[in-house]
Amino acid sequence: MSQAIARLPRPRALLRYLWSLIAVPLVSFFLALLVGAIVIILSSTLVLKNPFDPTLPLTAYQALAQGAFGSFNSVVTTLVITTPLLLAGLGVGIGFRAGLFNIGAQGQFLMGAVGAVAVAANMQSSPPAIAIPAALAGGALAGAAWGFVPGLLKATSGAHEVVTTIMMNYIALASLAWIVKGPLKEMGSNPPTTPDVGAAALPILIGSTGHLGILLAFAAVPIAWFLLFRTTRGFEIRAVGANPDAARYAGVNPRLMIVLTMSIAGMLAGLAGACTILGISHRMNTTFQTKVGFDSITVALLGRSNPIGIMFAALLFGAMRAGAPPMQINAGIPVELVDFIQALILLFLIANAVLRRLLRLRGVAGAEQTGFQTITRSYGRETLT
Amino acid sequence: MRGITKRYPGVVANDHIDLDLRQGEIHALLGENGAGKTTLMNILYGLAVPDEGEILVDGQAVRIAGPSDAIARGIEMVHQHFMLIPVLSVAENVVLGEETMANPVFLDRREASRRIRKLAGRFGFELDPDAKVESLSVGQQQRVEILKTLYRDAQILVLDEPTAVLTPAETEEIFVLLRNLAKDGRSIIFISHKLNEVLEIADRITVIRRGRVVGERRPAETDDKELAELMVGRSVQLTVDRGESHPTEVMLKVEDLHVRDDRGNEVVRGVDVEIRRGEILGIAGVAGNGQDEFVEALVGLRRVASGRVWLNGRNVTGASPRQINEANVGYVPADRHRFGLILAFPLTDNLVLTSYYKPPFAHGLVRDGRAILAAARQRVREYDVRTPSTEVAAQTLSGGNQQKLIVSREFGGDTTLLVLDQPTRGLDVGSIEFIHKRIIEKRDAGTAVLLVSAELDEVLELSDRIAVMYRGKLVAFVDGRQADKNQVGLLMATGGATDETHEATGTST
Amino acid sequence: MDSFLHTINGIPVLGIVFQFVEYFLNALPFMSRVAVELAVPICLAALCGVMCERSGVVNIGLEGIMLTAAFTGWFAEAVITGIMGPGTPTPVFGLTVPLVLALLAAIIAGMLLSLLHAWLSISVRADQIIAGAIINIAAFGMTGYLNTLLATVSLPVTSNFTALTIPSAVSNIPLVGWLIDALFGQGPIGILMVIIVVVFQIFLFRSRWGLRTRAVGEHPRAAETVGIDVIRTRYRNVVLSGALAALGGAYLSIEATNGFQAGMTQGRGFIGLAAMIVGRWTPLGAFGAALLFAASQAISQTISISPPTGELGTLLDHVPTQFFDALPYLITIVVLAGLIGRSIAPAADGRPYQRESAS
Repeated sequence: MSQAIARLPRPRALLRYLWSLIAVPLVSFFLALLVGAIVIILSSTLVLKNPFDPTLPLTAYQALAQGAFGSFNSVVTTLVITTPLLLAGLGVGIGFRAGLFNIGAQGQFLMGAVGAVAVAANMQSSPPAIAIPAALAGGALAGAAWGFVPGLLKATSGAHEVVTTIMMNYIALASLAWIVKGPLKEMGSNPPTTPDVGAAALPILIGSTGHLGILLAFAAVPIAWFLLFRTTRGFEIRAVGANPDAARYAGVNPRLMIVLTMSIAGMLAGLAGACTILGISHRMNTTFQTKVGFDSITVALLGRSNPIGIMFAALLFGAMRAGAPPMQINAGIPVELVDFIQALILLFLIANAVLRRLLRLRGVAGAEQTGFQTITRSYGRETLT
Repeated sequence: MRGITKRYPGVVANDHIDLDLRQGEIHALLGENGAGKTTLMNILYGLAVPDEGEILVDGQAVRIAGPSDAIARGIEMVHQHFMLIPVLSVAENVVLGEETMANPVFLDRREASRRIRKLAGRFGFELDPDAKVESLSVGQQQRVEILKTLYRDAQILVLDEPTAVLTPAETEEIFVLLRNLAKDGRSIIFISHKLNEVLEIADRITVIRRGRVVGERRPAETDDKELAELMVGRSVQLTVDRGESHPTEVMLKVEDLHVRDDRGNEVVRGVDVEIRRGEILGIAGVAGNGQDEFVEALVGLRRVASGRVWLNGRNVTGASPRQINEANVGYVPADRHRFGLILAFPLTDNLVLTSYYKPPFAHGLVRDGRAILAAARQRVREYDVRTPSTEVAAQTLSGGNQQKLIVSREFGGDTTLLVLDQPTRGLDVGSIEFIHKRIIEKRDAGTAVLLVSAELDEVLELSDRIAVMYRGKLVAFVDGRQADKNQVGLLMATGGATDETHEATGTST
Repeated sequence: MDSFLHTINGIPVLGIVFQFVEYFLNALPFMSRVAVELAVPICLAALCGVMCERSGVVNIGLEGIMLTAAFTGWFAEAVITGIMGPGTPTPVFGLTVPLVLALLAAIIAGMLLSLLHAWLSISVRADQIIAGAIINIAAFGMTGYLNTLLATVSLPVTSNFTALTIPSAVSNIPLVGWLIDALFGQGPIGILMVIIVVVFQIFLFRSRWGLRTRAVGEHPRAAETVGIDVIRTRYRNVVLSGALAALGGAYLSIEATNGFQAGMTQGRGFIGLAAMIVGRWTPLGAFGAALLFAASQAISQTISISPPTGELGTLLDHVPTQFFDALPYLITIVVLAGLIGRSIAPAADGRPYQRESAS
């Protein structure tokens, strides 16, 4: 009896701990929706000269939610959109843990799609059991290569990955256009398009669009978590992020970890691209584009660079992206509102010290340590010798 | 200063401190690290706000909310860590904040140079106003700091541990300068924990301990023993009982080692040394003579330019930190926040920082949390690390406990060689004693110990042999038990009689 | 002479090199003009970066500030034109009242966004790279959102600043004339940029403001001990720098063109960041580096407008056009990787400053 009483406060302590973890992301999200609502009202009345309508945000958000969760099909759509966000978000999050700010998920995604379609186009006659893994591997490799380059540049010359990954994004765009118009162009296609991925197309598992990639993405969550927190390699990655000098002292090679982490991040973003082309579009034309780049940064930050957190953040963003087109159609609110809300969430997140004071939250020791306080480092000042 | 009180979370840094300073006197503030000297001075200089108490200048209560208020009252401070900007010139550093202006927008650089030369001349030294501060010696930088205060026509000068980085000879020169300033009618607060210096320079001495004033003395009425007791709060043994050493075979052998610093300058220029099991070799030297680079090269953190390092008869030149560690070398780095710990990580991770990858802490790629926790708990107990749990981040511990964490990690097991760089810098007396005792224990257990310290006293107390490092070379070896402090000090300053390249520029005339 | 040229043109590799040199020299006056025009927004972004980072604040939000200013400039001009009519443009620069007010609006928008960055970086002490990223994402979202909304509205046609015409007597002088034509044959923002580069360079190294800025960026604590208000200095620099990036953004939408497209900055803010690094955090250096990046774009533009003939033309036909699209970004990466070790940032760059008394 007394034992039972002694144990009673424990679930409450656990709850408080959980709350301290999610309170700030949650409040950030709702504050962002609130500011988004103000923007909707103001832009409607001031820019479009519509009559003042305070219920417009509700209409918009309702259309958004409807589009994301309103039916079985919309839930499947949400999951499908979540898939690349989750994969790329995990990549960006692992990068954060190593103190790297990978803004290059966009380019890595595109190259991953290119890699997958390039393999698939040459394996039209193979059975799916071979073609699918091969095409996925092709995408993963191409994405990894696109992450490897900025990693190598940072490790060898100190060139800041923020600048180089952005440049790699633009180079990826140009490369994609060239590949679609050149080497991979299907004979006679106009506008130029690559061949269909054929045998490498991911099988549909649920609904009309729920492809195999969904499973892949959710399976990546425990793997990434295990890698980061239960393996020595993960410890090395986190050590380099928290203190590269001490990591070196501990016998870790920070240059190697930087290259490795960027390659892993690129691989995950590349897989995201591969899943998108193999599971949804099946063909690529020159307008093949993505917002996964920015979204995955927000997802990783919102998920506090923790794979489980990233999973929930990706679901949230998947829902918002899935609901945005119905919102534009049904409520006349442009889809770009979602981007703006994204920025607002981040804003409230990084101003969390201010938010915590408002919420009267006391930081639980260790809960604050998400790793992304260590990203800003001056260009080329690192002592990685 | 009346009844100054400053509380930080968990500690009272200053507890109702009274301090008065008369015109033209040199008033020493004596206390060990962490006694609250620097906090008190930061309050006087407006860098910290007191919770209670008031400051009076010329009998009037004043409010000092920031350094600019202090400067306006003629109070100037020379900080322990120089507040100089390396990439700017001497003149730019001196005039910063009170620039000589050609017009409301642009600087008058010629006028600045002129004034600086004049001021320096008045107090008997020379400085090139256009030289970059980063190109100056530490002693010259100290003069730039004092020049800054004179340029602002300071009436009250606070010097925080001004001799910490100086050679005995440079210290003497600074003392001459300070006496000149006092004669000129300026008042000086001289903060130190070095008893003999305080006795030499001060007109009055105020001793503080744990944030409280525990005594005021005149140099003539006291001696170092009494001051030490006041400072520490009990009678202290000024020397450690180091016992007999029994050196056996050669453990570390270094041949003609050359190492470059981050800027590519060769700062270790041909070091030859042998250390045997069971002996402590102390390296004395003024900070910045290549000690840190030498040590970093030994443990694999810095590339060796040329030369050989032998460990237990094996060539380990250019080995990685991991390989050195695998050879059972313990290393306590000078900068524990930069190298020794990952502050954001829990104690458990920090306690296995150099062995996380091998059994029992990992099997293959998978870490063993239970084994790590067990080892961490045991080390924390054994080394008396004060912490609520082994799961808290290392940054929550005090400096002394952080250092114990590193020591417990590096001293554990059958270490063949211990490399200690400033092992007690910035620690309280209790922690210092604790660590010193452990060092002697490791020596007696047959470990070869290399001790580098900027505290000459520490080197003299612990070492069986002493090597003096000067400009990248070991210029002399002396027996640790017979070493004479003045003799070693002279070697530190000049590199010995054979070296005629005595610092010519910037010395006082 | 002709036969000599003919002979060397006959040697395959050498011939192409000579053809290229010949083509290059012919195109130089045109190309240098295009290069300067393309360099204007990059350089202004780089100058914004220099001003921020010299005081110790890293700002990767340049792109977002430019984009916001570009949108604000164009939109404000359209709105003001709608209210008070277009007015008659002045013969020089094509100034109109809406245009000037629009420029002001763009600058204010840029400075407000910078103020947000300053608050996050200096007061909140958030990670400055993430703060900058937020500004970029917010700018993309907000301008894209409004741009889509406005697609359904019919707005009055806007005009843009026009370039100064350098008399052909001057602009035809080889080299000197081309240089004058390139630097000053521009609209008001372009010419302003040239002036700002020079003034900023002198101020940074000769004025009190410059000395204090550099001190705060190198060693803020040292600056504070001599009575300099680090926080205020940083705020002032960051907010002021917003005007520079805003000029760069406005240049795109109300000087180089007269309209706004979503994402029209196309990475110029980031290239500007690279130009700042390559230019070693000095205004003149940043200008030089911006010119370098712009020149690579200018070459590809020149080739696409007036393709060379002969073997050179045939050779270039085999190079995919996308290669030239990617060229400035490739050059940025290569130069960045090659130069970075020798280009040293201000020591306190990116590190939030905390007064001791606050702890």
